[in-house]
Parts: sequence; structure tokens; C-alpha cells
Amino acid sequence: MAEQQQSYYVPPSSIWPIVGALGLGLIAWGAAHTVIEATSDTQGWGSHVLFAGFGVIAVMLFGWFRDQINETMSGLHSDQLDTSYKQGMSWFIFSEVMFFGAFFGALFYARMIAVPWLDGASNNVMTGEVLWPQFVAQWPLVETPGGTKTQAMGWYGLPLINTVILITSSITCHFAHVGLEKNKRTQLTAMLGLTIVLGMIFLYLQGTEYVHAYEELGLTLQSGVYGNTFYLLTGFHGMHVTLGTLMLIIMFLRVLKGHFTPQKHFAFQATSWYWHFVDVVWICLFVIVYVL
Amino acid sequence: MSTVVDDHNHEAHHDHKPSGITRWLFTTNHKDIGSMYLWFSLIMFFVGGAMAMVIRAELFQPGLQLVEPQFFNQMTTVHGLVMIFGAVMPAFTGLANWMVPMMIGAPDMALPRMNNWSFWILPFAFVILLSSLFMEGGGPDFGWTFYAPLSTTYSNDSTALFVFAVHIMGISSIMGAINVIVTIINMRAPGMTYMKMPLFVWTWLITAFLLIAVMPVLAGAVTMVLTDKYFGTSFFNAAGGGDPVMFQHIFWFFGHPEVYIMILPSFGIISAIIPTFSRKKLFGYSSMVYATASIAILSFLVWAHHMFTTGMPVFAELFFMYCTMLIAVPTGVKVFNWVATMWRGAISFEVPMLFALAFVILFTIGGFSGVMLAMTPVDFQYHDTYFVVAHFHYVLVTGAIFSVMAASYYWLPKWTGHMYDTTLARLHFWCSLISVNVLFFPMHFAGLAGMPRRIPDYAVQFADINQITSIGGFAFGLSQLLFLWLVIKCARGGEKATAKPWDGAEGLEWTVPSPAPYHTFETPPKVE
Repeated sequence: MAEQQQSYYVPPSSIWPIVGALGLGLIAWGAAHTVIEATSDTQGWGSHVLFAGFGVIAVMLFGWFRDQINETMSGLHSDQLDTSYKQGMSWFIFSEVMFFGAFFGALFYARMIAVPWLDGASNNVMTGEVLWPQFVAQWPLVETPGGTKTQAMGWYGLPLINTVILITSSITCHFAHVGLEKNKRTQLTAMLGLTIVLGMIFLYLQGTEYVHAYEELGLTLQSGVYGNTFYLLTGFHGMHVTLGTLMLIIMFLRVLKGHFTPQKHFAFQATSWYWHFVDVVWICLFVIVYVL
Repeated sequence: MSTVVDDHNHEAHHDHKPSGITRWLFTTNHKDIGSMYLWFSLIMFFVGGAMAMVIRAELFQPGLQLVEPQFFNQMTTVHGLVMIFGAVMPAFTGLANWMVPMMIGAPDMALPRMNNWSFWILPFAFVILLSSLFMEGGGPDFGWTFYAPLSTTYSNDSTALFVFAVHIMGISSIMGAINVIVTIINMRAPGMTYMKMPLFVWTWLITAFLLIAVMPVLAGAVTMVLTDKYFGTSFFNAAGGGDPVMFQHIFWFFGHPEVYIMILPSFGIISAIIPTFSRKKLFGYSSMVYATASIAILSFLVWAHHMFTTGMPVFAELFFMYCTMLIAVPTGVKVFNWVATMWRGAISFEVPMLFALAFVILFTIGGFSGVMLAMTPVDFQYHDTYFVVAHFHYVLVTGAIFSVMAASYYWLPKWTGHMYDTTLARLHFWCSLISVNVLFFPMHFAGLAGMPRRIPDYAVQFADINQITSIGGFAFGLSQLLFLWLVIKCARGGEKATAKPWDGAEGLEWTVPSPAPYHTFETPPKVE
């Protein structure tokens, strides 16, 4: 509610939104044609358009955030606007939660319903008898009804190490935030830098794990619904960690430039929320995908 | 709802608009963006309408008449997608953009640049979707619900374009919804407490929540379709341990809240119009708010009523049947309140009121057929027949679309500063009202007699009923050209509208001049 006297800043016309729309349009068209061309061995403009789209989005982000940062630094942003940003970010994270929810839901359904039903559970005795009589329900689904075989991914080893790393990074991220709020810039810089390093180690280990899964376990994207949920959940999580790390790096550069005050640091706060969010997603992933 | 102390001032020098095309491309103004949403929606309404005309022309007689079956399927698919994501949803977002800041006394939307981004994604998304119709092998032909395996094993390459077009439409909707929800929570004028907000604002608050909650689930569903089709995953393939029925669960977890996304803002519009022209306060304001919230909560618990014939366990069928029937209670509260508002009111029948009344009656018919469909045992007969088509067109055309028409006739003077041609508007209303019933009412009978939906040909006993339906369809389509003509005429000129052209109207939007100045409420008004 507008209790304060400061007026709400409504930005003047800006070129960036439509540049962003063009970028997303190019990405959508390019990604679709890249997929079509990659799977049908045809030649086309797909990947070029896709990369052009990413380029346009990069330019847009750079320009938009430059304007945004200049406005913040020149004090145009009222507390009420800050609240808008915080609420906007919270709702964005909520939408991300629902996105992951779709894949967790798919995992739940496949594991608790689809796979047992294929073996004749519930009211599906004849499904089990007629479709794949030799199929035995189990999870992880190391042999699909169609006969594709794979090995399950254990939770000890790399996944456990990664869990420790990501939780630690959430803690360091929190202490970076504390440092910012108490105006201890050294603590802020050190902790933020540490968070970024931990994020990168996580991504590297995740890549190593994928290589191990593909080459040693035979667990691939095509290994039935176990491999599908494994790769889509960890894959989308990995993409979010990548984005989060990029955001952290930008925050790091801004901290080095002396941006942010103990009172006003929405961008930092949003990045930190995002980082905690990917951490929470990982904990759910670790428990549900790996351990259980 | 609220009494207003008029203490805001609009200095003339604040009201200069940028000119030329860049005004529209680069704008951060909620009214400009609202107008663009509304125009986009109107264009898409005619694009989707043209496809409906192809469908009705093909179905005019039994046997294959005009188009190939596969092209017919593309028409039903893209008609649905265009009308839902291109016409109805942008129309509501446009109305929210125009009206929400004015109704709550905010200077603009909370995040004005993101607002423009949300809008401009849509033209790109629909160019991609519509261009897929011209691909080799044709466009998407699996129905707007894109059930696996139709969209995975048996679809053509337009699926990739469909998937990514839906992705960016979803991004647009989510950003639009975040903007609305933050505006409502954070930008209300002092004194505009939650329980003083106009119901249109309330219904949009809840709609925005639903959008943010379920559009990401749709994104997940299309992603799984993409990987199943192109990258060898088996989410919806039993041979790999997945299940085609799982697609329906995920899709309808999005899809059912989605149908409330397309009707809750209508409830808000009707709750604004009926009190105005009955010259009474809305009956049961707080019960309207609670009813809207209950409908939204229940919408997450009823999705599988779209899937009664998939062979779910009986327990699940019963659960979803009872939950679905429960929705009739809050919806009944709403209809009761509208009728009670009119009870002993000094009613006058201006055009917005005509559409609102038609909404109450015809939406209720759609609601009743919904209750019929909610009953599992009888749904086995109705499932995938024209009865379903009749049901959802009653709630979407005479529900959602009629409410958008009502809203347009209600607020056009505020938007343009001109009164529209009321004779033409009445003609549009009566032509639409009669033709829409000729169009959709007989579909109930065709469906009960067993005519399946999404089929280009049918048994000869359905010939008469389809001919009547098609004639109604052509008449309804042509009637909408009257609306287009009227809107263009009104935008270009006409009798000057006063700040408050409807004597019974209440709310902050009527305290500013018509047309509404480019910037309103730079200093928040006081609401008591």
C-alpha cells in the first residue's frame, strides 16, 4: 500500500521488451526447427536462428539490466517498487516450483501407478496378462516392459557429495547476504565467491555423473521412464543451477564495482532466493530420485 | 463498494502521448498495452472464427465435402488453441491491463516494461503456431488437448513448432499474471482494502494465481511430448514403463484450472455490470469473493472428470465426480447473487446489461450440462460427443466471450471517449443471441444421440441437426462483423461520452474523464 510520499516510478518507453519478444520468438522458431532438423537429417536454418535468438536475448538482458541498474543507482526506485520486485520474484519462483512439480508428478505417477498397473495391479489384471506377461514391476525400473535394460543410479558417491556441496553453497550464500546486510564487504565478496565456486563444482560433478551413467551404467535418456524422469529432473535442475551461477557471477561483478547497500539490494536478494530455491529442489531430487 | 473522495488532479501537460508506431512497440503504458491485447484478441477471434467456419461448412452435409479429414483435424485443433490462448485469455489480460490499475487507484501496472514484453511475445507465438499450418505435412492435428500418442507417435513435425509456441505463450501468460497479482497486492490506493476491491479485481487476483500455478505444468506437459516424440523418452509409452493416461492427468491438472482462468474474470465483469444497471449494490459481495476462491481451490481437485472413460479405479471416479459436483455450490451462489441483485432493482436494458443477462442465463445452461457431465455413469455416454462440444461452447462463447462483449460495451466509452452506436450494438446483441443458440443448442441433441466430436463425416441421421447448427454458425460468425464495425466506428469518433455514462455505475474508473487520461492516479486517490 502506498503509505509513503515517494511516487511510484513508471519507466518511460523502452526498446527492451520488444527486443525480448523478438528474441523469444527466434528461440522458439529456431529450437523447433533445430529439433526437427536434428531428428530427420535435414539441413536448415534452425540452429542459426536459435543462436541468433540467444544473442538477441543476451543483448536484451544486458540493455534492460543496464537501464534498470542505472535507475536504481540514481535513486528512482521507491520502497514500494522494491516490494513489487520482491513479490514478482517470489511469484516467479512459485511458477518454477510448479514446473518442477509437473516432472515430480510424472515420476510419482510412473512409479506408483503406471509401472504397478503394467504388472496387473489395481483393476488391471488383464493388462498384465495380455500386454507383457513376463514384465515384473520394480523401481528403479531397470527392465522396461519393452525389454530395455539399464542399471540404477546409486545415491552414495557423487550424488551425496553434490548434495553436501549444494547445501554448503546455500549456507555460504546466506552468509554473503548477512555480510551485505552488516556492511562487511570482505565477508560478502569471499562468501559470494565461494558460492560460485561450489556451484561450478556441482555442475562439473553432475556432468561427470552423466558420463558415468551413460558409459558405465547404460542409463540413458532412452532407458524407459526411470531414465526419462532421472534426466529431465536432474537436467532441468542443472539448467537452473547454471542460470543461478550466472546470476551469482553477475552479482559478484556488481559487488566488486561497489553496488548494493545494506538497505537496498533487491538484485542480490533475488539471486540469493533463487539459489536457495535450486538447493531445495536438489534436496527433493536427492531424496525422491536417488534415495527412495 | 467504495465511496471516493476526488482529490487527484490531472494536469494537462502530463497527458501527452508518444506518437507513431514506436508508441506501441516501446510502450510501458497499461492502457496502450491493454488496447493492444484487446485488438490482438479481436484479430485472433476472427482467425479462430474463420477456422470454425471451415468446420461448420464441412459438417453442413454428411460425407466429405470441402476439406481433407486431416485438414479438418488441423482446423479443430488450431481453432481451439487460437480461441483459448489467442482470443479469450488475451482479452481478459487486456481488460485487466486497462481496468485493474484504474479500479484500484494505481498509476500503472507494477512492472510496466515486463507488461509490454508479455504482450509482444503473443504475436510471435501465434505467427509460429499459424505458420505450422503451411508446413509440409500440415499443422497440428491432434486436438487442442494434444493427447499422447496422437501428439507423439502419430503426429507430424509441426509438433515441434506447436510445443515451442505453447512454451512462449506460457511465458507470456505467467509474466502477465505475475504483473496483475503484484499490481493488486502492492499498488492499491490508501483505503482500498481487499474487501473493498471491485469483484473484477478480486476475480483477476485469483485468476492470476491459477495462471502462475498451472501454466508451468502445461510447459512440463509439452516438454514431455517433445522428448517423447523426438528424443526417445517414454513418459507416455507403456513399453517404456510410462502411460498415455499419465499425459491426460498432467494435461488436465493444467486444463481444468485453465477453464476457470477463462471464466473467473467473466464473473467479475458480470458482477460489475448487473449492479450498475439494476441500480443496486451487488448482493452478497463477500460471498462472491469466497465463492470465487472456493471455485479456484476446487479446480485443482477435479481434473480427472475429463477422463472418466480411461479406466481409472472406481474410487478415483467417485472422488472426482463428487468434487466436481461440489463446484456447482459456489457457482450457484454466484448465479443466486446476480439474480438477487436484480431483484426489485430499477433495471434498465442497455447493451452491456443485455449481454450480462444473456450471460447469466446461457452460462447457467452450460453449468447445468457440466453437472450432467460430472456424473460418471452418464458421462460414459456423453464422453467425446457433441454434448461435450455444446457444453463447453455454452460456457466459453455465451460465457467468456459474451462477458468480454459485455465488458467492451460497458467500458468502450471510457476507453475511447465516445458513445458507440447503440442501435448497431443492439442489432449485434440480438443477432448474436439468436444465432449462438441456433448454433450450439442443437449440438446437445446430436451429442445425446451419439454423434462423436472431431469427425469430418457423420451418419445421415445427424444431417438435419448439423445443417441447423451450421446455419447458426455462419450467422453467428457474420454477426461478429457488426461488432468489429462498431468498435472501429467508436474508436474513430462519435458522440462524446461523459466521465460516467451509466448513472448507476460505481468505482474509481468512473471518477476520471472519458477517454481516460494517458496517465491516471499518479497521486493515489483516497478511498473511504
